[in-house]
Amino acid sequence: MNLDFSDEQKQLRDQVRRFLKENCPPAAVRAILEGADQYDAKLYQGLADLGVLGAAIPEEYGGVGLGHLELCVVAEELGRVLAPVPVASTVYLGAECLMQAGSEEQKQAWLPKISAGEAIGCWAINEGSGRMQPSKVALTFDGKTVSGTKAPITDGGIADFAILLAKEGSDLSLCLVDLSGSGVSRKTLDSIDPTRGQVKLTFEGTPATRIGSAGDGWHIATQIMDRAAILIGFEQLGGADRALEMGRDYALERMAFGRQIGSFQAVKHILADMYVSVTLARSNCYYGAWALSSSAAELPIAAATARVSATNAFQHCAKNNIQVHGGMGFTWAFDCHLYYRRSNALALTIGSLSTWESLLIERMSAGNVEAAA
Amino acid sequence: MDFNDTPQEAEFRKEVRSWLGANAPKHLEAELKRASFGSNGLESEDPIKASKAWQKKKAEAGWACLHWPKEYGGGARSAMERVIWSQEEGPYAVLSGLFTIGHGMCGPTVMEWANEEWKERLLPPLASGEEVWCQLFSEPASGSDLAGLRTKAVKADDGSGDWIINGQKIWTSGAQNSDWGLLITRTDPDVPKHKGLTMFFLRMDSPGVKVVPIKQANGASGFNEVYFDDVRIPDDQRLGDVGQGWKVSLTTLMNERLSIGSGMSTGFPELFKFCMDMDIDGEAATADSGVRSKLAQFAVKQSGLKYTGMRAISALSKGETPGPENSIGKLVAGATMQELAMYALDLQGEAGVVWNEDSPQNGRFQAMLMRSPATRIEGGSDEILRNIIGERVLGLPGDIRVDKDVPFKEIPTTGKAKA
Repeated sequence: MNLDFSDEQKQLRDQVRRFLKENCPPAAVRAILEGADQYDAKLYQGLADLGVLGAAIPEEYGGVGLGHLELCVVAEELGRVLAPVPVASTVYLGAECLMQAGSEEQKQAWLPKISAGEAIGCWAINEGSGRMQPSKVALTFDGKTVSGTKAPITDGGIADFAILLAKEGSDLSLCLVDLSGSGVSRKTLDSIDPTRGQVKLTFEGTPATRIGSAGDGWHIATQIMDRAAILIGFEQLGGADRALEMGRDYALERMAFGRQIGSFQAVKHILADMYVSVTLARSNCYYGAWALSSSAAELPIAAATARVSATNAFQHCAKNNIQVHGGMGFTWAFDCHLYYRRSNALALTIGSLSTWESLLIERMSAGNVEAAA
Repeated sequence: MDFNDTPQEAEFRKEVRSWLGANAPKHLEAELKRASFGSNGLESEDPIKASKAWQKKKAEAGWACLHWPKEYGGGARSAMERVIWSQEEGPYAVLSGLFTIGHGMCGPTVMEWANEEWKERLLPPLASGEEVWCQLFSEPASGSDLAGLRTKAVKADDGSGDWIINGQKIWTSGAQNSDWGLLITRTDPDVPKHKGLTMFFLRMDSPGVKVVPIKQANGASGFNEVYFDDVRIPDDQRLGDVGQGWKVSLTTLMNERLSIGSGMSTGFPELFKFCMDMDIDGEAATADSGVRSKLAQFAVKQSGLKYTGMRAISALSKGETPGPENSIGKLVAGATMQELAMYALDLQGEAGVVWNEDSPQNGRFQAMLMRSPATRIEGGSDEILRNIIGERVLGLPGDIRVDKDVPFKEIPTTGKAKA
């Protein structure tokens, strides 16, 4: 038994961290927040050149052929710096879905481009408000084209392809759409975290191909979101850990009543509780990483566990980082709100906290009581 | 990352399983599994005798104190082997509760500070369960502020070199069953509080030692008061130098937090089973979305603690020093258990108030409710643990201590409430 990353994986982490320190300082995140661009194209290309985007993609499809543990390591680092790039949409969801369920043709068409940073994807599952359920899907697929609306879709404004959940007859299927073709319109949506763009996608007779078998859409989408939940959990973990560091550093620098504010127990205990939530999330995410990399039978439970714990930690740390900073934490100039925004946006993506809480217990109930021990 | 046993680990697990299969007190298994929270629940046999018998059997076969060296009666096993042992020992581990303090705290302190002769005398019978130890640290006026303790040790005036002890200890678990005690005293009130302390060990049947059980808020009596009235201890039973007691106590306290925090239950598996079995409007309680949310939050705390422990073991087994992660163990487990117990009673509705043999799971959740306030205080209160995380893990500055450089006898002892 060994619940830790290998020395090589830790070296990869250091390498990615150095790269991001250079190429993704807070100013780069702010440029996306305040500017017209929806993502940092130069940073994204840099990640492709570093081999990060294709880390878990096999070499025969233009990837680096490492594995999912390496991708977990990368995800934590991207989360730590709030990297404004569409890696989750393109790699954790897009590439993962194609690798797990795509046809040979679909894989050949998109995986090499994803690896090279030449194609961005989006995961267009959601319709409407509330927990995503099969009954909510109204977008249709007639075997050749799709029609309907999906929103809000992360990175939909910059994506080259979309993976859609569509109604095919009375069943649900997953479809792949090349967004450069006709019959696609995109409307930008304002959001709580402009560093990750949201759009409404409308399709009108847009050419599409099915991923996997007809009627298998919900099943495949669930499997892919389980896998992505672990990787997004690592992004949340990275963000939480950084928010804790920011709070700690400020508590050491800031003086009040003639003392460093970190010497007051009221502040110290906030930070200690942040450390607790980060530690629990880290341990649960490592469990998820193991399940993901080994495709263990426990994967669905491990995914929900990692996801719930990581969402807890990032929201808890981001909000309390502002609290420790006091009034300064509520200024636009300080970076605290960037973490607060991202923590709350990530808490909702691919299913909100209450959805994953419910999934965790559904899955434990369906398994056996042993799973609870 | 790998959850499976290595071939060597699998081999070891097989060995453990086969020994337990042939030697475990199977006639007690059902009773131990039913054990309600906070006791070993044995009625068919004397619990102390059953505990000692099992410990002795383990010791004779080399399965006692797996973390100790063999020369002192231990098993000299690796961290991973200890984990495998505890997974396999299962319900029989309940029988080791009597020895937790001795094996986890007093033993390591003796091992680090006693001379060779005493180690050979004290440690093997401690390992084999023939002798039970307790820890005499907290006092009525000093709990979190342990260094403010007042139990006095003065040199006897007869030239024997012996020490005469007077004072009172409190919150001593298992004192009534103990043969030996680890005792911290004040030997010099004229120097600042941390500098005037000295550590001893003594027979609990020494003349002048009186053990009085405390009736606790939950009605049970696991803790005791221990009074010292001119108790004589030979100088030979001193651990560390005179005035070095604080440093010696840190060995004990470090081990206490490791020992209490690791592998603590939150009560989640029992709550989950309760919810699976419980019916709300014709469906299991786990089908209710509100129940699911609450359960999920308890579940991720339980699993977070479990995998935090595994990360520490992974580090140990690679020869690395585990990080400070394990310091969260008791802090999370204690608070979770209390909230979880309240929730289990909430699910029982008005019937939750009843605490008898008809209560779900034999009244386990009512017992947890009533015991959990102590879990959040014993062995370092939640607040002390947060200070430790803040200061030692995150590197935040210590609090300002107004009594730090003042001679102990000049520190004020009483405050005054506003009229």
